[in-house]
Amino acid sequence: MISVKSYLPPPVCRQEIWRYAGGEVTAAEGLLDECLAEIEGRLSYRVCWRETAVHTDGKICRFDGFSVPSASLSAALAGCERAVVFAATLGVELDRLVAKYGRLSPAKAMLLQAIGAERIEALCDTFCAALGGTTRRFSPGYGDLPLSCQRQVFDLLDCSRRIGLSLTDSLLMTPTKSVTAFVGLTDGGIITNPNKCSGCDKADCPFRGDL
Amino acid sequence: MTFREYLKQNIVYLDGGMGTLLQAQGLQAGERPEGWNLSRPEVITAVHAAYYDAGSHVVCTNTFGANRLKFSADELEQVVAAAVANAKAARERSTAPQEKFVALDIGPTGKLLKPLGDLDFEQAVETFAATVRLGVKYGVDLILIETMNDSYETKAALLAAKENSDLPVIVTNAYGEDGKLMTGATPAAMVALLEGMGADAVGANCSLGPRQLYGVAEELLATASVPVVLKPNAGLPRVADGETVFDVAPADFAEQVATLAQRGLRVMGGCCGTTPAYIQALCAATAGISPAPLTDKGRTVVSSYTHAVYFGADPLLIGERINPTGKKRFKQALLEQDMDYILAEGVNQQEKGAHVLDVNVGLPDIDEAALLERAVCELQAVTDLPLQIDTADPAAMERALRRYNGKALINSVNGKQESMAAVFPLVKKYGGVVVALTLDESGIPATAEGRVAIARRIVETAATYGIAWKDIVFDTLAMTVSADNTAALATVAALRRIREELGCHTSLGVSNVSFGLPRRDAVNSTFFALALENGLSAAIMNPYSAEMMQTYYAYRALKGLDDNCGDYIAAADTFGATVSAAPTAPIPKGDGLLTELQHAIVKGFKERAAELTAERLIDTPPLDIVNGEIIPALNTVGEGFEKKTVYLPQLLMSAEAAKSAFEVIKARTANHGQAANKGVFVLATVQGDIHDIGKNIVKLLLQNYGFEVVDLGKDVPPEAVVEAVVERHAPLAGLSALMTTTVPAMEQTVRLLKQRAPWCKTVVGGAVLTPAYAAKIGADTYAKDAMETVRYAETVIANQEGNGENYV
Repeated sequence: MISVKSYLPPPVCRQEIWRYAGGEVTAAEGLLDECLAEIEGRLSYRVCWRETAVHTDGKICRFDGFSVPSASLSAALAGCERAVVFAATLGVELDRLVAKYGRLSPAKAMLLQAIGAERIEALCDTFCAALGGTTRRFSPGYGDLPLSCQRQVFDLLDCSRRIGLSLTDSLLMTPTKSVTAFVGLTDGGIITNPNKCSGCDKADCPFRGDL
Repeated sequence: MTFREYLKQNIVYLDGGMGTLLQAQGLQAGERPEGWNLSRPEVITAVHAAYYDAGSHVVCTNTFGANRLKFSADELEQVVAAAVANAKAARERSTAPQEKFVALDIGPTGKLLKPLGDLDFEQAVETFAATVRLGVKYGVDLILIETMNDSYETKAALLAAKENSDLPVIVTNAYGEDGKLMTGATPAAMVALLEGMGADAVGANCSLGPRQLYGVAEELLATASVPVVLKPNAGLPRVADGETVFDVAPADFAEQVATLAQRGLRVMGGCCGTTPAYIQALCAATAGISPAPLTDKGRTVVSSYTHAVYFGADPLLIGERINPTGKKRFKQALLEQDMDYILAEGVNQQEKGAHVLDVNVGLPDIDEAALLERAVCELQAVTDLPLQIDTADPAAMERALRRYNGKALINSVNGKQESMAAVFPLVKKYGGVVVALTLDESGIPATAEGRVAIARRIVETAATYGIAWKDIVFDTLAMTVSADNTAALATVAALRRIREELGCHTSLGVSNVSFGLPRRDAVNSTFFALALENGLSAAIMNPYSAEMMQTYYAYRALKGLDDNCGDYIAAADTFGATVSAAPTAPIPKGDGLLTELQHAIVKGFKERAAELTAERLIDTPPLDIVNGEIIPALNTVGEGFEKKTVYLPQLLMSAEAAKSAFEVIKARTANHGQAANKGVFVLATVQGDIHDIGKNIVKLLLQNYGFEVVDLGKDVPPEAVVEAVVERHAPLAGLSALMTTTVPAMEQTVRLLKQRAPWCKTVVGGAVLTPAYAAKIGADTYAKDAMETVRYAETVIANQEGNGENYV
């Protein structure tokens, strides 16, 4: 069964926003306040998901009804018997604001973009926290998990109808501030999520957190 | 009996869920249910027959996802043919006594339309059209467009149905818990759009249980003149003993829907989780209810993709600033296709309080049809106000109306036969409220009597096209009072008579009245008040005029339209003479190193930079300000960014402040010939990619450094980039791509540029690119950020100038 839930806005972390914006906390606090006021009440925080059995043999991950060839995902879900596949989105309003200010004030557009990155991550954290113990989130495009696996995820979760999330022909998600991911359920035991960047091999990523 | 006839007199029962029943019979997650029309026809037919037996008048074919995005042309034909055959077989089989109809079911494509997604509007229309044509071919009785969660896609589907059939069309949307569609439209906005285009019934389906949809249903019942439809879910799903079950039982479902039937609901059925048992219960629960008579709500309404705007006692302000008449800077923007300038006019008028924006881009020597369509689409990406499409060219009007997301205000038609013959068919096809000018082949009558007579004729002629009186708003034409001192009185008298005798709403371009007089705003605002008191519903006016806004707020307060005078008090602060926006922090005067203007730019104070530039222009030549102050200030910030002492947000704020300074200079130079420019830089986000923040940042900086940027936008095909480069013989092209999946499109664009525009240097950038990758795909250079792009562009131009070439 596909479950759907809308969340209340998670608390805002300004430091994270500035990290995504490529600036410092003190860079333009006034502008950030303006942007935060503008998104107030305009974002949705929607998630749809399915819980599924998972079997991994190190190369292929098998879920209920579909399987994915990926050693990286197998490693990420190693030891888990159950997993959750989910899709989360902030809705179209943020894209509308970014598009508007992209034409009128690129500084605001860039800050709104950074806010979106922080908000969607916060939504995923909130959702995963409610699942109890989980592994680190693993998304299509990470490691050797092909981006094309998005199509399967979208079919499985009926994303367009459930949360208004769709996929472009080039496999980008619209609304753009959205995440799809797999997480293994660890029965409330060890949460193997010390750092969300630790499993990623993109060493030159400008947003890479401290490891 | 045809479905249309039946719908007029009766309550209509639709069917219930299909997917839920197929899953119970073994349909797998992710499997296409439409395939079962061919592989398991007996199952599909049995489901349809069970619904007819339960009392459904209409069953919907199992074609929710049957479209050309998911099936090949041949597959699609087979699927639709089988689906219609299955429904007809069920109709034959069922012995139930009621009238039985087969509806072609059309669900959403699952893709978002541009500009939010990547599906082009016309492609969406054609996708739906293919399915509609097959439904017609195989003989359905009606079309049911359902579960649409976006107004634009809904419009595409309805347009496809209307262009390819004469069948009745029912349209239902999926509303969320907030009572709106995923992309923001309210039920009232959808009613405006769909009734305008001629839907036979409108409503809601899916998403929620009946009780959660009460608010949506009430709004639909309050606003729709056509029958209202409700097809809710059986509540919310949950898992019990490994099975998915829904939390509203048939009897409760039926009772909840019956409550709405008593309030006027005319067409009802079920969606996810409902079964024949639900329909049977629904028929039983509503058996004694007589169908509510359909009443025309008689409201004059326009809409955007989010909300409806009604004409009524509370006057509407139609912002007139997007119009080149008498505005040199605006003409220049149109000729240069500088859309940003036009978009800023839209957003600024909205901030000043306009309810609708007039859009006029007519100039001699430009392709008005193409530009109007583009302006409408781009404005709808930055403002959610309804638009008034203002053109004398029917071809331009049609292109803009077709693409408009909502029910537009149309400006204008008049009493000439030729005008009505050109405009009314468009109003009928695309929906809209049309402004009708009270003039005809003999000109503008001097008397109110004459103008009212023309208005009557216009209403009568419109009716022959199927356009109701409520979709016509009359402009009784404000004439120049300095030329004829009874002119204003005739206009106002005609307004009052049209409101009272025809019931139609009215609109006026008020400012004509003061032509040739000093202090025009004083005359305009008094005339505005006079007209409002005599039945004016809307004014085409300048929202930047303090006098006009004062009159508007004061009138509303005096007429009891403003609770506790709240709006008046809130707006009163802005009434004084133009208050200069104080900078948010004190700016040091020139301190020897930086001038005051330079400080404003370095600190990123937009308004202050513009004010200071205006002051400097009094005694300083524009070029001296640019080269002596603005460019050095920009360089200070740019160098800081390169040394990593200035961060990107500050760089951008400074760039925007510089841009506002340039804008002041441009407004001045628009009156004195062209400004200097370093060269043309064609800029695009490549095909398939929809991320354009980086590209917009590059654009801003390039403009500040004197380049003329031809911004092609996002998701741009390689051919379009090449065409623009060739057309302008541009020495530079910049391409951006964010995702690995779109880098191949970048490579293709670079290759095509090298073939067909070998003189052009290519700069590439974006999150996934590296210098090595850029070299591999054949680009001339990689730029890690906007400053690097500027530096490279300057080098290229400098080298070319050294070679004696001139590209400007």
